[in-house]
Amino acid sequence: MKTSLLAIALIAALGTAQAHNAWLLPSTTVLSKGDVITVDAGVSNDLFVANHNALRLDGLQITAPDGGTLKPDNVAQLKQRSVFDVSVAQAGTYRIAVLNNGAFASWKDKATGQAKRARGTAETIGREIPVDAADVVVTQSAGRIETFVTVGKPSQLKPIGQGLELIATGSPTDLVKGEKSTFTLNLDGQPAKDLEVTVTAGNTQYRDKLEELKIKTDSKGQFSVTWPSAGMYWLDVNTKDNKTTVPQAKERRLSYAATLEVMP
Amino acid sequence: MKVRYSLALGALFGAPAFAAGLGVSIEVPRLNVSEYHRPYVAAWIERADNTLATTLTVWYDVRTKTNNPEGEGTKWLKDLRQWWRRGGRELAVPVDGITGATKPAGKHQLSFSEGSAALPKLAPGAYKLVVEAAREVGGREVVSIPFQWPPAAAAQPVAAGKEELGEIRLELKP
Repeated sequence: MKTSLLAIALIAALGTAQAHNAWLLPSTTVLSKGDVITVDAGVSNDLFVANHNALRLDGLQITAPDGGTLKPDNVAQLKQRSVFDVSVAQAGTYRIAVLNNGAFASWKDKATGQAKRARGTAETIGREIPVDAADVVVTQSAGRIETFVTVGKPSQLKPIGQGLELIATGSPTDLVKGEKSTFTLNLDGQPAKDLEVTVTAGNTQYRDKLEELKIKTDSKGQFSVTWPSAGMYWLDVNTKDNKTTVPQAKERRLSYAATLEVMP
Repeated sequence: MKVRYSLALGALFGAPAFAAGLGVSIEVPRLNVSEYHRPYVAAWIERADNTLATTLTVWYDVRTKTNNPEGEGTKWLKDLRQWWRRGGRELAVPVDGITGATKPAGKHQLSFSEGSAALPKLAPGAYKLVVEAAREVGGREVVSIPFQWPPAAAAQPVAAGKEELGEIRLELKP
């Protein structure tokens, strides 16, 4: 009974993760001096409207300009969104990211033939699957949701080199309406060629059309965006490959989303 | 008398006697609003490729009531968005001869001679004077005037803002 409820909850959670947008929304991305900023984190269809679910912050990682890790303050998971404060005291660019690395499995129960699903980490997923399960499919997931904040002069962000990652030419907090910004998309530290990047302006609830930009990365993993208007933007990319690090998994699903502020 | 003396010196060293200079007049408009705060203003010179050649002046809240030597208002310097991004953020304020207190409505005349802290020697070429104003609970405006350096002749190109800036006059002194 307990297990089946858990399974239902997991299926619901998985459905949510796939159908909705997960986002971070920083209160400020450009500061003249050290301060405290607050960040909203939600999962919803409308950008950046907290009308569906809070984003879980288990995988929250805040990296200071000097490479050190910061702890958030005043963390709360509300009904529709999560919130946390970040004390940004140092000059330079901060990376605020929520990582979602894990694995999920689906199989048929031997006795009943019923479809079952489970989610876990690379280490635990094996234990979720019964030994006599049939048609087992294990998939690894590697997701990153992030945003950037700069105090004073921007500093170089240290590349991650794992999964999908966005590298801005210049600073990711220096974007201006009407200007062209160039980015490189990397997959495990190598240029991610021929991937479709979607760029959507926030406040989607106030317009009839989504008006998202769909841009392909070139042979060097590069792409450019000329910002049509000022505001908060959500950039997302999804792909899959077979470079799994979870032994049972045959496929790795990768996702990346960034919130970027464009100034007028 | 002074002119003659300089001419003589010029003849002596075979170089222009006067350092070229420029004057900038910035008008802060009088606004009929219920809550008024004097605007933050930055004036700077940009090269043809939009990079910052020099910051001429920055007006912000320089009061130090909480013993903050930078001034109370540094938190809002980033609202002079274009100046901030072009290089304002690399300036450690306050800077003598460049930063100062916010100014009341009216025309403010500034004068710079080449070789000073605010106006170092500029390589010959095309430039732009850019003036940006940002006001608390108000708007933001940027006005620019292109010019050639060194100026061939004395000239006074003028531009005007619509909301947050009045008349901007650049005085080129060869």
